Amino acid sequence: MEQIHLTCIRCPRGCQLEVAVEDGAVVSVAGNACKRGETYAKTEAVNPVRVVTSSVPVTGNPAHHMVSVKTKGDVPKAKVRAVVDALKGLTVESPVAIGDVVLADAAGTGVDIIATRNV
Amino acid sequence: MYDVVIIGAGVSGAAAARELSKRRLSICVVEREEDVCCGTTKANSAIVHAGFDAQTGTLMAKLNVRGAALMGPLCEDLGVDLKNIGSLVVCTDEEGIPALQALLDRGIANGVERLEIVTGDRLRELEPNLSDDVIAALWAPTASIVNPFQLNWALAENAYQNGVEFRFNTEVTGLERVDGSWKVSTTAGDLSARCVVNAAGVYADVFHNMACEDKFEIVPRRGQYFVLDTTAGRHVRHTVFQQPTKLGKGVLVSPTTAGNLLVGPTAEDIGDKEGTDTTAEGLAELLAKSPLSVKNIPFRETITSFSGLRAHRAEHDFLIAEAPDAPGFVDCAAIESPGLSASPAIGEMVAGIVDGILGAEMRDDFIAKREGIPNVEWATQEEWAALIEQDPSYGRVICRCRKVTEAQIVAAIHHPLGARSLDGIKRRTEACMGRCQAGFCTPKIMEILDRELADLGYDQVTKAGPGSELIVGKDKELEGGDAR
Amino acid sequence: MKAAYDIVAVGGGPAGLAAAISARDAGCGSILVIERDRELGGILNQCIHNGFGLITFDEELTGPEYAARFEEQALSGGIDFMLDTMVIDVSADKLVTVVSRAEGLVQIQAKAVVLAMGCRERPRGALNIPGFRPAGIYSAGTAQRLVNIEGFMPGREVVILGSGDIGLIMARRMTLEGAHVACVAELMPYSGGLKRNIVQCLDDFGIPLLLSHTVVRIEGQKRVEAVVIAEVDGRGKPIPGTEVTYPCDTLLLSVGLIPENELSLSAGVELSPVTRGPVVNEILETNIPGIFAAGNVLHVHDLVDYVSQEAAVAGRNAAAFVAGNLDDEVGEIPLVATDGIRYTVPQSIDPSRMADELVVRFRVGNVYENRYISVYFDDERVKHLKRSILAPGEMEQVKLKKAELAAKPGLKTITFKLEEA
Repeated sequence: MEQIHLTCIRCPRGCQLEVAVEDGAVVSVAGNACKRGETYAKTEAVNPVRVVTSSVPVTGNPAHHMVSVKTKGDVPKAKVRAVVDALKGLTVESPVAIGDVVLADAAGTGVDIIATRNV
Repeated sequence: MYDVVIIGAGVSGAAAARELSKRRLSICVVEREEDVCCGTTKANSAIVHAGFDAQTGTLMAKLNVRGAALMGPLCEDLGVDLKNIGSLVVCTDEEGIPALQALLDRGIANGVERLEIVTGDRLRELEPNLSDDVIAALWAPTASIVNPFQLNWALAENAYQNGVEFRFNTEVTGLERVDGSWKVSTTAGDLSARCVVNAAGVYADVFHNMACEDKFEIVPRRGQYFVLDTTAGRHVRHTVFQQPTKLGKGVLVSPTTAGNLLVGPTAEDIGDKEGTDTTAEGLAELLAKSPLSVKNIPFRETITSFSGLRAHRAEHDFLIAEAPDAPGFVDCAAIESPGLSASPAIGEMVAGIVDGILGAEMRDDFIAKREGIPNVEWATQEEWAALIEQDPSYGRVICRCRKVTEAQIVAAIHHPLGARSLDGIKRRTEACMGRCQAGFCTPKIMEILDRELADLGYDQVTKAGPGSELIVGKDKELEGGDAR
Repeated sequence: MKAAYDIVAVGGGPAGLAAAISARDAGCGSILVIERDRELGGILNQCIHNGFGLITFDEELTGPEYAARFEEQALSGGIDFMLDTMVIDVSADKLVTVVSRAEGLVQIQAKAVVLAMGCRERPRGALNIPGFRPAGIYSAGTAQRLVNIEGFMPGREVVILGSGDIGLIMARRMTLEGAHVACVAELMPYSGGLKRNIVQCLDDFGIPLLLSHTVVRIEGQKRVEAVVIAEVDGRGKPIPGTEVTYPCDTLLLSVGLIPENELSLSAGVELSPVTRGPVVNEILETNIPGIFAAGNVLHVHDLVDYVSQEAAVAGRNAAAFVAGNLDDEVGEIPLVATDGIRYTVPQSIDPSRMADELVVRFRVGNVYENRYISVYFDDERVKHLKRSILAPGEMEQVKLKKAELAAKPGLKTITFKLEEA
C-alpha cells in the first residue's frame, strides 16, 4: 500500500491529506475537513487533473489584443504543457463570446478550449 | 566641421549649448545615452543653493550665487518648475553655533542676501517638524528647489530650437588635434570641430586626459537618496540641511517641486563611474542620520531609492577653462554640488570662453522662451477643464498616481528632443514617479509610445534606451523556454 | 458640467459592480458606476486563471467569467456607467469630480458614495532592495497584464520575490508561456498566498519556494542580469554568508497590496493604520456619513467572492442611507482585535443598525495551528471557534447575530482574539 501526501486545493484552507492507495485505487483519505477534500484526494492521488487557462491573440477588435481561454473541463496534469503547446500559433477572430470553442479536443485530451471573455 | 562640439547633454552641456546658441555658431551636442539628463543631473538633491556653502573666492561660490540669481528668470522663460522655499542649516549642539555663524559670514562674503540665524519659537514656526534637538538654524530665504529633469530638457530643447544639433546614443571614443581643429571620434562616426566643450560629468577626466598632457582625475562621489510619496511631501517646508558633525557630512530632508520628500544623500567616494547602485549600508545611513534634523519622517511612505554620482575632484572646485596645452578644448569639469544651482552661470562662462576662442557674433533672432508641458496634478479644476477643452486627451489619465494625462505623454514624445523611453516620459511628465512606481501605467505608456513613434514597436520600448528593453518576446514564442 | 445621482460607486471592479447591483435591488433608482478603465470588471479582466466564484456560484470560474456575470446583472438596467473616466476628487459633501476624454471635467453630486477603488501593489522602492534600477523589475500584476492582456513576455529567466497570490499565479503563467522561473523567495517563514496556488503554481512545475529568504541585491545597469538572494533571520535581516546569485533577466515582485485610498483621504475619510483602508462601522460606512467602502479599498481580501458579498452589504446600506431607512443610532461599540488577530472589519458596531447577521472579517498576524477564535462581549466569552490552521494569507470571518448583541445591553467592547486550546 502506498501512502501519498497531498495538499487539498479545493478551497483556501489547504487541508493536508494522507491518502492510502492500493492497486491504483484510493483506499482511505485522512485529514480532510470536508467531503470535497475526499473527492479531490481520490482523483489527485491516482489521476491528477487541472483546468488550463491561457490567452490567445484575437484580431478584428482594436480594443483587444488577446482573448482569455480555458479548457472546458479538467485535463490530465501530465497533459497541461501539451494543451498550452496546442495553442501556439492559434489566432481567433472577434467577435468571440464566453463559452465559444476556440480549439476542439486540445492535444487529444477530448477537452475543448473555450473563450472566457467576450471580445 | 562644427564650430563647437559639446560632449554631454547633462545640465552643464545643455546650459552651455543654449548660451552658445545665442551666437552665430554651428553647434552639436553628443551624448552617450539615449536622452538628455541621464547622468548626474537626474540624480541629485534638486536644490538651488543660496550660495553660502562654497569657500569664498572659489569658482563654485561665484557661479553658485550668479546661477541662483539667473535661475528664476531662466525657469520663467523655459517653463521649468522652481519653488523658492528657502533652506535651513540646523544645529543641534551649542558647540555648533560658531560654525553656523561662520557659515552666515561666508554667505555674506559670497554675496548671499537675507541670511539669518533663527532660534526658538520662530524656528519651530518656520519648520514645525524639526527634531527636538535642533537649537538654531541658518535660514537662507533665497534658496529654492528646482525640477532638474525639466531644467535640463528645457535648456536642451531651447538650444535645439535655436539650431543646436543633438546626437544621442553617440559615445565619444577619441579626441585628436588635426590641422588646427579637433577630430572627435564617436561610436557613430567622426566629427570635427573648431572647439570642444567637455561637459562629460564623471567622465570629464577621461576626455580631458585624451586631449591634454596635464591630467586630472574625477572621483565619482556617490549619493544615495530616498524618495517619499507626495503624502509626505509637506513634512518639511524648507530644504533642511544638517551641519557637518563628527559623524561626517549630514543628510538633507527637502520637498521636491513634484511634491515628494527627498532624504539624502550619502557621500561615498567610489572608483566606479557607473556605480549608481544603492547599498544596504547607504540606505541605512540615511535612516540613521535624517532624524537628527527632522523628526517623525514617515519612511513608510518611501516609494523609491536612487543613487547619483557627483563629479568630484580633489581640488573641490569647478574647472571651467580652456586647457592650457589644448587650444580650443574647453573643460566644463568637476561640476559637483552646487552644479545644478550654478548651471545658468556655467553656461554663460563656457560661452564666454568660447567667445574668446572663436570670437563669434551674437544673433538677433535667438528664441529665448520655450513652453513646458502643462501639469494637471496641481492645476485647479478650471485650468484642467480648459486644457481638456483645448485637447480632449487631457481628460484621459494615464498615470493615476501623479495624474498625468495622455496629452502630456504625447507632448513629451513630440516636443523637440522628445522622449523615446519610459524614463524619458517619466522625467518629462512625472508619469511612473508616483506611489505605484509605474505598475499601472507601464503598459499604457508602452502603447502610446508604440502608437506615436512610427519606428518603435511595442516590444521595442525600453526603460532607458538600447539594452533596457521591457519585452523579450510574444507569449508562447520564447526560444528555449521549454527546453529546461 | 454637473450631474446628480443618489449613489455613486467609485470603481467598476467586483466591489463597485456588486455594490451598484445590490443598491439597485434594494430599490435605489439613481446609481452611477465610475470606472477608470475602458471596461468594467477591474483587475479580474487580467486574472485569467480559474478559482473564482466557488462560494458565489459554486463553480470555478476564471476572473473574466466572474466579472462578466456581475457585468451582466449590472447592465440589465437601472445603473448608469462612466467608463474611461477617472475620479479626481471626492469631497466630504459627496461632490465627485471626474475627468474623461469624452466628457471633460464633470462634477457629480451624490447623496451617497461607495468607495470601491481596489488596491495597488507595493513597489520595489518600498522594500529598499539595494542595487541598480534596470529594466526587468515588474510587479507581478504588471507582468500579468503584459502577458495576459497585451500578449507580450516581460522576461525569460525569472525570479519572484514574495509569495503573494499574484506572484504564485505568475510563476505558473510565465512558465507555461515559455519562461523559466528559478524560484520564489519569501521573506516570511510562511507563504502569503493560498495553499492551492502553492500546489498548482509552484509544486506542479517544480519551482522552489524559498521561505525566510529575500533579495538583497539587484545587478545589471540596463536590464536585470542577476539578483542575489539571502536567507533571513527571525527578524527578517539577511544572514551574511547565505547569499546565492541567481542569473536572471526579470524580477517579479509580489510583496503586498495596499488599498488605494488617496480619494478617501481627500474626502476626509479616516484610515486604519493596520488595514490602510477606511475605518468603518456595521453598515460599512466611514467616518463621513454617506460615504461607504467595500472590497480591497477597505481591506485586502483573499477571495473575490468575499469582495462581492461585502460590497453588496455596502450597496444595500448606501441605498438605505439615501432612502432614510437606517435605524436611529444607539451608539457604536468598538471591536478590538488582539492576541494574534490584526484587525477587524468593521471596526465598530451599532447594535440597532446592524443586520440580523453581521459578518466580521479579519486576518491573523502569523501561522497558527489548532487555535480558537474567541469573541468576548466585555469579559464574557461568547464564541469559541476551533480552527486547525490560521494563516495571514487567508481572511477569516465570524458571524455575529443582532439578537446576541441585543441580549447584552450596556455592552462596552467586543474583543476578537486567538486562544490556545
